[in-house]
Amino acid sequence: MSILIYAESSDGKFKKVAFELASYASKVAESLGTTVTALTINNTNSDELAQYGVSKVLAVSNEKLNTFTAKAYADVLKQAAEKEASKLVILSSSTDSIYLSSLLAVNLNAGFASNVVGLPISTSPFQVKRNAFSNKAFNITEINTEVKIIALAKNSYGLHENSASLTAEDFNPSLNDADFSIHIDSVEKATGKVAIADADIVVSGGRGLKGPENWHLIEDLASALGAATACSKPVSDLGWRPHSEHVGQTGKPVATNLYIAVGISGAIQHIAGINASKVKVVINNDPEAPFFKVADYGVVGDAFEVVPKLIEKIKAFNAQH
Amino acid sequence: MKILVCISHVPDTTSKINFTNGDTEFDTNGVQYVINPNDEYGLTRAISFQEQQGATVTVVNVGGPETEPTLRKALAIGANEAIRVNATPTDGFFVAKQLAEIIKNGNYDLVIAGKESLDYNGGMVPGMTAGILDFNFLNSCTNITVDGTNVKAIREIDGGKETVSTTLPLVIGAQKGLVEEKDLRIPNMRGIMTARTKPLTISDPVEAPINTKAVKFEKPAPKSAVKLVSPDNLDELINLLHNEAKVI
Repeated sequence: MSILIYAESSDGKFKKVAFELASYASKVAESLGTTVTALTINNTNSDELAQYGVSKVLAVSNEKLNTFTAKAYADVLKQAAEKEASKLVILSSSTDSIYLSSLLAVNLNAGFASNVVGLPISTSPFQVKRNAFSNKAFNITEINTEVKIIALAKNSYGLHENSASLTAEDFNPSLNDADFSIHIDSVEKATGKVAIADADIVVSGGRGLKGPENWHLIEDLASALGAATACSKPVSDLGWRPHSEHVGQTGKPVATNLYIAVGISGAIQHIAGINASKVKVVINNDPEAPFFKVADYGVVGDAFEVVPKLIEKIKAFNAQH
Repeated sequence: MKILVCISHVPDTTSKINFTNGDTEFDTNGVQYVINPNDEYGLTRAISFQEQQGATVTVVNVGGPETEPTLRKALAIGANEAIRVNATPTDGFFVAKQLAEIIKNGNYDLVIAGKESLDYNGGMVPGMTAGILDFNFLNSCTNITVDGTNVKAIREIDGGKETVSTTLPLVIGAQKGLVEEKDLRIPNMRGIMTARTKPLTISDPVEAPINTKAVKFEKPAPKSAVKLVSPDNLDELINLLHNEAKVI
């Protein structure tokens, strides 16, 4: 009856979302009077999950699962949920977890709510609050099935330590050829760069940068902050930056701790895509730019003067901390 | 190749979002509707399959009569025919059940659906549809080519991309990048005229369990005003980010 979570790894290490998920699930488990079981795949560091309230780990080691395959991972999670007789499965909102979640929902005949923010509003009936209308509103959803799946919105709960004593056991689910009907030929990952999805800070540039030749301002600011870089839709449409860096309603969603917008006016579609970020800073020479209405902190000034100065200040700050 | 493109009828991206009836319903008053942008990328890719490889393109929507102008727009862009499943799309699973029925009856090889709609942002319809039918499923698809029944495609992953190969029948979750922005089409007069005579079939829904339901909506609390920092006093910005916001 325990709650099942999928604790995601990347290169053999847990992702931060795995700990956020564990923190969240252990709080929900408390209110349901149950415990949290985590499924891990090809990761031997189970103990780290105990700090965030996980009391049992089902550890899968299988070479076939070295590369993420949605159908196979959904199949593994189904078998884990059945083994644990879990009535609630909690996933993250990473690209991979979102991909597998809808397959798992069909596998388990489960009602599924994604983009969930905050703890359940009620556990009987089971109601959760979720982001909808591209972060312009919340929607309270009731799940009526016996087995339920929810996907937690990134950075919506945070990390909360809550030590539990953990037992880990090996888990050997059965896999079949159909699980691998999508064959992964190659994976390309940008190295030495922080991915937008994993970043705590995102620095984003707009048309105010005037051209791709000035992008070093964004990159230098990001590098001083250990941040990922992103851009507005016009910048990707103009081909200054690849579309994979476009954040906004039709681009990538951003839910980060700190979002810094440089030379972005703040079109409603852009704001919708980044609004789930906790703290927003805008640097723009136009005080009437709509971004100032949604930002927490703003600097009215020329990006070409403000950003180099800000980089120096951040480097000085880093040296002291 | 028979392609089905699933079209959501969603509020335009600039719409003000309001609710009525004690915050239990979306307020459609004054809202302009469009083809969901992720679906539009998919539709555009489907039309190029039609032009280059002789595929037929059907568009489908699960919704009431008010969604027909959106389907007509898809026909004006170039789809061969449209189907409207006459039902209120109560949740993602309900919609997936309807689509699965249409796909089974129409023997479609490739199903393209936006990976997420801009209204409920559930992101579950493409995967559930594939799951129900036991079709192959590729989400966050930014490139696809089909040769016979063999498929090569690219999926966007966190921090990169992966190249995959698979076979039809297949469902893909479409997103930005699948076609270039400049290739998106605005219906021309000829397209709009011919769309009027293309078939738009109305189909009755099949039964599906009510797994989830939206019980209420809320708007975010109003935001406090921005704190402005002088460009000559950036130490103050660092101080606020460190001590007040605690994000650096």
